[in-house]
Amino acid sequence: MSDAPADWGVLSELPGNPLMWVLILGELLVFGALFVGFAVVRLLHPEMVLAGQTSLSIPLGGANTLILVTSGYLAARAVLARSTSKVAESRWWLAGAAALGACFLVIKGVEYADKAAQGFGIETNGFWTLFYLMTGFHAAHVMMGIIVLGIVGWKNSVENLETGAAFWHMVDLIWLILFPLVYLLR
Amino acid sequence: MKYESQKVALYYIAGALALFVAQVLFGLIIGTIVVIPNTLSELLPFNIARMIHTNALIVWLLMGFFGAAYYLIPEEAETELYSPKLAIVQFWLFLIGAAAAVIGYLFHIHEGREFLEQPLWIKLAIVVVALMFLFNISMTVLKGRKTAITNVLLLGLWGIAIFFLFSLYNPSNLILDKMFWWWVVHLWVEGVWELVMASILAFLMIKLTGVDREVVEKWLYVIIGLALFSGILGTGHHYYWIGTPGYWQWIGSVFSTLEVAPFFAMVVFTFMMVWKGGRNHPNKAALLWSLGCSVFAFFGAGVWGFLHTLAPVNYITHGTQVTAAHGHLAFYGAYVMVNLAMFTYAMPNLLKREPYNQMLNMWGFWITSSGVTFMTFALTFAGVVQSHLQRVMGMGFMEVQEQLGLFYWMRLGAGVVTFVGVVLIVWSLAVPGSVKQAGRVAAQPAE
Repeated sequence: MSDAPADWGVLSELPGNPLMWVLILGELLVFGALFVGFAVVRLLHPEMVLAGQTSLSIPLGGANTLILVTSGYLAARAVLARSTSKVAESRWWLAGAAALGACFLVIKGVEYADKAAQGFGIETNGFWTLFYLMTGFHAAHVMMGIIVLGIVGWKNSVENLETGAAFWHMVDLIWLILFPLVYLLR
Repeated sequence: MKYESQKVALYYIAGALALFVAQVLFGLIIGTIVVIPNTLSELLPFNIARMIHTNALIVWLLMGFFGAAYYLIPEEAETELYSPKLAIVQFWLFLIGAAAAVIGYLFHIHEGREFLEQPLWIKLAIVVVALMFLFNISMTVLKGRKTAITNVLLLGLWGIAIFFLFSLYNPSNLILDKMFWWWVVHLWVEGVWELVMASILAFLMIKLTGVDREVVEKWLYVIIGLALFSGILGTGHHYYWIGTPGYWQWIGSVFSTLEVAPFFAMVVFTFMMVWKGGRNHPNKAALLWSLGCSVFAFFGAGVWGFLHTLAPVNYITHGTQVTAAHGHLAFYGAYVMVNLAMFTYAMPNLLKREPYNQMLNMWGFWITSSGVTFMTFALTFAGVVQSHLQRVMGMGFMEVQEQLGLFYWMRLGAGVVTFVGVVLIVWSLAVPGSVKQAGRVAAQPAE
């Protein structure tokens, strides 16, 4: 056999566990499909989408963008610290990343409560269905990401940290596309 | 075969093959009723014969999975089965339960939920059978070696039992009834059964191609990861237009589109393993079934499923013959073929038969596959015509059915071919072959 046990083909060259990259690719496909769906809905019903977008809060969305990007930076610092064997330091960076993730969720909660108070629910119309689905799925991933950061902080190894950070950056990346697409592009 | 207790698999394979023949026979009967509606109308109404056709399929596939597990698990766990006696008792209980259900159906004793028509006491007996089985194989794995294959297989088999419990919950609200009904029907075939299928294929790849276990295990993890990732929320594609909230159309469309991925991965996996593997295993027929399985599952479950899984498309095709086309090719490709791959691999070992009817078995493969493929195309065309006439032109249901007669005749013809193939397969597995024929196969040059 020519295959060494650790050979995952192209996935071997990526940092962290190759199975995480299979998951990340799957996630990108799911969100990618939803983004395409959003574009189609916007093409078919431009007024409905515009009306929905004007009800969204750009300051809250913008604040959340800054929070997630900063959180991603802290996760990257954690990997950097761990690669020079600074375990305790890496845990502090991870805790900071997770705390910012929690801030994101709190702001998301404020935003949802505000939209609900204005009477916008998941069944209101096509725009709101997609808004709640996409941001809701994303928020669920932020929650999962916080748990993942906790697990890799506990089982602290370079590979685990790279794996956890890869997931966290994916959550980051999706928001960086979702925010302009849903909130800004009008 | 290394362990004496693997022999209990023979009961299950024999039972499964007998029910396989019955299933296809009842398929021929209902295919005939569709084109000649008064056939057996007093004796065996269409709905009863259809129940036997679908129930026999499910029962024989499950029986095959049980047999596959009893064959595979001792070999993987490197230990004798925990209790061969319990396995034999379980077999007879299962077979008698299935027979009692069928006899009950003939006397019109059944419940009303499609595929879950078994009376309550039969369902409870199935739960008992499942518990006996799970206890037996779990104890075997616990005392033996744990491999990725046994872990995934156990996860799949436990999942089958757990999701079956939802068949006992039948809310009076029709929407909730359907929602939970899919928790059995969908989460079986597009969830936990895929785990069973992937682990059996992984086992066969190790045995037939000689590729390293580590390589096979990596593929197995990727495949089952993709299957669960797409399949669980893919349940949403059954929640269109049944009274559930509209967001299921998005969830169902997106995730079930990705359900193609694990099936595509299985095709790449099996062909890569054969390509990379150095072993020239004498059981060419088992390899043919394994490769055929991944390819037919990809087309039947993956491509034919995708054809009508997007909500806007399903709006037009929902409940037409397109669904029947997908159902036939998906069940054949994924679960019939994986069972036959396992039977074809295991039977010669279990019966200690070197010279077996390998050529006949391969003829069975090609004839049955041709029959089912032709049937799938006939039903697909029927479904497209039906969708157009009924849903686009707005013609009445029965008016449209009359226009589909030709396709239904072609389906019946394909069914006859399928039946011939099935008889050849069963014959090749059950009846010893001549030494001369086995020699001829072995003498074929390696690829």
